[in-house]
Amino acid sequence: MPIWLSEDEYRTLTAACERLIPSDETAGATDAGVPDYIDGLLGAFAVDPPRIWAGGPTSGRFGGAPGFATFHRLGALDELAWRMRIEGSLGIPEREFNGPVVGWQQLYRDGLAALGPDFCDVSGEEQDERLRAEEEFTVLLYGHCCEGMYGAPEYGGNRATVAWEAIEFLGDVQPRGFTDAEVSGP
Amino acid sequence: MTVDAIIVGSGPGGATVADVLTRAGWTVTIIEKGRNHLIDPDDPSRLAQDYSNDELKFLHRHFLGPDPLIEPRTFRTRIEDGERTHVGEVNSIPSTVGGGGTHADGKVPRFRPEDFRLHSTYGPVDDAAVADWPVDYDELEPFYAEVERLVGVAGTAGANPFAAWRSGPYPMPSGAPMYGAVLSSAAAERHGLHPYAAPTAANSISYDGRPACNNCGHCAYFGCPIHAKGDPVAMLQHALSTGRAELLSETFVSRLRTNGRQATGVDVIGPDGVERTLGARHVVVAGGAIETPRLLLLSGIEHPLVGRHLMMHFQTMNVGILPERLHAHKGRSVTHVHDDCMLVDDDARLTARAAGLPWIRGGMVEHGGGGHPVMEAQFYPWGRSHKKLMAASPLRDRLWAFIMQGEDLPQPTNRVDLDPTVRDVRGFPVARITYRPHRHELVASDHHGPRHIRVLEEMGATWTATTTSPLVEGAAFSSPFGDAAHYRGPISAIPASRHVMGTTRMGTDPSTSVVDAFGRMHDLPNVVVADSSVFVTSAGYGPTLTLVALAARAATALLG
Repeated sequence: MPIWLSEDEYRTLTAACERLIPSDETAGATDAGVPDYIDGLLGAFAVDPPRIWAGGPTSGRFGGAPGFATFHRLGALDELAWRMRIEGSLGIPEREFNGPVVGWQQLYRDGLAALGPDFCDVSGEEQDERLRAEEEFTVLLYGHCCEGMYGAPEYGGNRATVAWEAIEFLGDVQPRGFTDAEVSGP
Repeated sequence: MTVDAIIVGSGPGGATVADVLTRAGWTVTIIEKGRNHLIDPDDPSRLAQDYSNDELKFLHRHFLGPDPLIEPRTFRTRIEDGERTHVGEVNSIPSTVGGGGTHADGKVPRFRPEDFRLHSTYGPVDDAAVADWPVDYDELEPFYAEVERLVGVAGTAGANPFAAWRSGPYPMPSGAPMYGAVLSSAAAERHGLHPYAAPTAANSISYDGRPACNNCGHCAYFGCPIHAKGDPVAMLQHALSTGRAELLSETFVSRLRTNGRQATGVDVIGPDGVERTLGARHVVVAGGAIETPRLLLLSGIEHPLVGRHLMMHFQTMNVGILPERLHAHKGRSVTHVHDDCMLVDDDARLTARAAGLPWIRGGMVEHGGGGHPVMEAQFYPWGRSHKKLMAASPLRDRLWAFIMQGEDLPQPTNRVDLDPTVRDVRGFPVARITYRPHRHELVASDHHGPRHIRVLEEMGATWTATTTSPLVEGAAFSSPFGDAAHYRGPISAIPASRHVMGTTRMGTDPSTSVVDAFGRMHDLPNVVVADSSVFVTSAGYGPTLTLVALAARAATALLG
């Protein structure tokens, strides 16, 4: 069950992500969990603390405690900013000090709808065409796709660091770091 | 309660003043509008564990602040643009305990003697307010030496043939050179350049109770998870350990209170949203060269030069894609630099003359690698080619760059003022930046760029390009991968530089400067500016060490 999106929206999102970063020999967006990353971002405030900033200082992947798994508590202003960004201003006066803000939830709701109710059933070429036609939404979606793909797995994507492995990137290496020889040699 | 000094801003400038004043027995209150992810104020020996190798948190989700949705700035290149052309992030430096020191990759060079005497050394330039500083290198040298020890700087004395004299060695030896820098330094030397190990505020050995850097590669834009970086943590630790410093985070200073002759304190809004007034014998303003003039303007301080002469470094990025992997994610973001482009040699004079300028100066050139994977991914087009590009990694693992931090001449029309309508979350007018480079910067950029392209070709680059930040008017950014529509990076008319300087310039004449040689406001002598706002010219070096040395000197003067 998606956290914030409807089942239909989640299916459309998954199909769209798969066109942006397709699967081949290695995992694409779907296999890496990118739709869950995006759904988790849109529903960040469904959990407490909200899934905005993973904790520190280590993930445990290279030693140390699994600190990334415990998300930071937000300050009052942090929460306001992230609710504005995700939910939009929704007519709430304290969020509209510079006018109304359209949140990502609305942009996704509208953007996924604009891709069409039959998006999952049309050909890949047709899907690409619709994504190109909805350029503004696709830029937003692609930005988040890249975040989910190559961000830390604690945010819901990059499952089991599958995307990092495909690009020979170790990710968060603290507390191991790199030796001087690894830094200075080929 | 009235403390000896209120310090607005906990970055490198404010933290240094706090250290110097508390050491002498003064009581201080350090006020920081951002959150505290750095240090336990009740037990300053305990450092926070909040920083991490997490690209989303630091590069995409504003963990160190400011969040541009609630604390935007606005931008325009000139008055004719209208009130603004952009609302959002503009040259933001972290607003968090530790300020800009937390995200810097810690290049901390000293300036050279001529950097303080540009007018008398090279002469005036039309449409620019080139002037000498009211302080020279020899006066500042003992403070440079002191703050290199405080911050913890690793470097190799004598490695830079153009460096100024120094009274002693660096506190630490240089750290490990990055592989790409080993290659680029060798190639640069073959082209007659003089690369050297950059003086770096990252511990190469354990220092002042903090560990040696372990080369995790998450330096620029990140806080250091193991506190090996010379962000102002050491100075904050020293100050808080005296028991004479109080640190108020998530507290916004909305106004300096004055009685016409001097400041009496500040109005603040705390994390609970409650407004109150704090009294002090002195007020030190160290909010950075954009927030400092904003606060003075919010306070109704009407000196006509407050906010003017805003400078940033004009960045020229010469980039190349190499056949081999350079793994720039291992190491300290930048380990080598060269100063050759700061020299006004015969070639530079010829170019200047042909362009109708008396002289040109470039800036320090950083040898650096590519960014992080999410940034890289967003740069490539979507579809079938995406993962192939990510796997080959031309823009991250095979990219090498020479980035020149070009001297930016002071122009009175480049300025910070209060936006007429855009507000921050607390309801206060935000800073509006009006900025465009002087012709000098463009000519210097054109002059020094091609040489670095030849060095990249010498290294074996199969593709090279030069671009600048801010983008020169009329120029377009070209991506080697065609469709750059997805690119959301820093290449635009808004300068990406985080080196902001010059908005309350120092001088001896109150009609041409805002503060005196010790950072004291001419009109309100118990108000001291202790950040890069006081810079008279921008040199071509990162401003941090110089602003910290000036802050130490200003604080020492304050003690009398």
